[in-house]
Amino acid sequence: MKFGILVSEGPYTHQAADSAYLFTKAALEKGHEIYRIFFYHDGVNNGTRLTTPPQDERHIVNRWSELAEKHKLDLVVCVAAAQRRGIVDADEAKRNGKDGDNLAPGFRISGLGQLVEAGIQCERLVTFGD
Amino acid sequence: MSEEMMEEGGGGVIKKFCYINRKAPYGTIYALESLEVVLIGAAFEQDVSVVFADDGIYQLTKGQDTAGIEMKNFSPTYRALEMYDVEKLYVEKESLEERGMTADDLIVPVEVLSSAQLQDLMEDQDVVLSF
Repeated sequence: MKFGILVSEGPYTHQAADSAYLFTKAALEKGHEIYRIFFYHDGVNNGTRLTTPPQDERHIVNRWSELAEKHKLDLVVCVAAAQRRGIVDADEAKRNGKDGDNLAPGFRISGLGQLVEAGIQCERLVTFGD
Repeated sequence: MSEEMMEEGGGGVIKKFCYINRKAPYGTIYALESLEVVLIGAAFEQDVSVVFADDGIYQLTKGQDTAGIEMKNFSPTYRALEMYDVEKLYVEKESLEERGMTADDLIVPVEVLSSAQLQDLMEDQDVVLSF
């Protein structure tokens, strides 16, 4: 089955990010297709490479990056939600005159159309949030 | 927004999209960011329904004044939904009654449905996004 995933809560505060990751991993192991994972609301915080949890804790951001690299996943962070919350890639940083960027490897920033498109293209769009 | 509006990707498929708004307009960002999805999604020309239930019905209340909390009053945008061909707005009857409100308290014309009717509506959808 072709799945789209929506993550709408931030890492560590809320289990949504963990559940989305575990669901994605399990779906891939079962041979399903993950068309796209879209990060919205505080979910965009899943995509900052500056995240530095204690060493004995799971690293939610790196975990996404590694899974994306292994399975060629499309991890999309909503541009409007990201800008509000200070998540920027190099292009966005330049455009907005910021002195640094923090988007983690394997993620890309794009518009909300990517979420709607996932809803259209996928057999199931699964939301992880409140 | 214009850049995002160009991101067509539907490939001619028309699905039933239902956006469910359950939270108050201020206090959390869900209502505002839900509205942004509805507006962007309109460019994809899908069959869209927008539902307001629980505290979500406060998103549509008349006379919102946000000056005291230093936030933008985005409620006039709901009136613009019609221009985006988003015309199917539903409000849960029980949510209105529990809050002592009627459809006359809302800034846009809506169809009031019972919880059971909303259940049928949701059952009929392809994509349900809850905010």
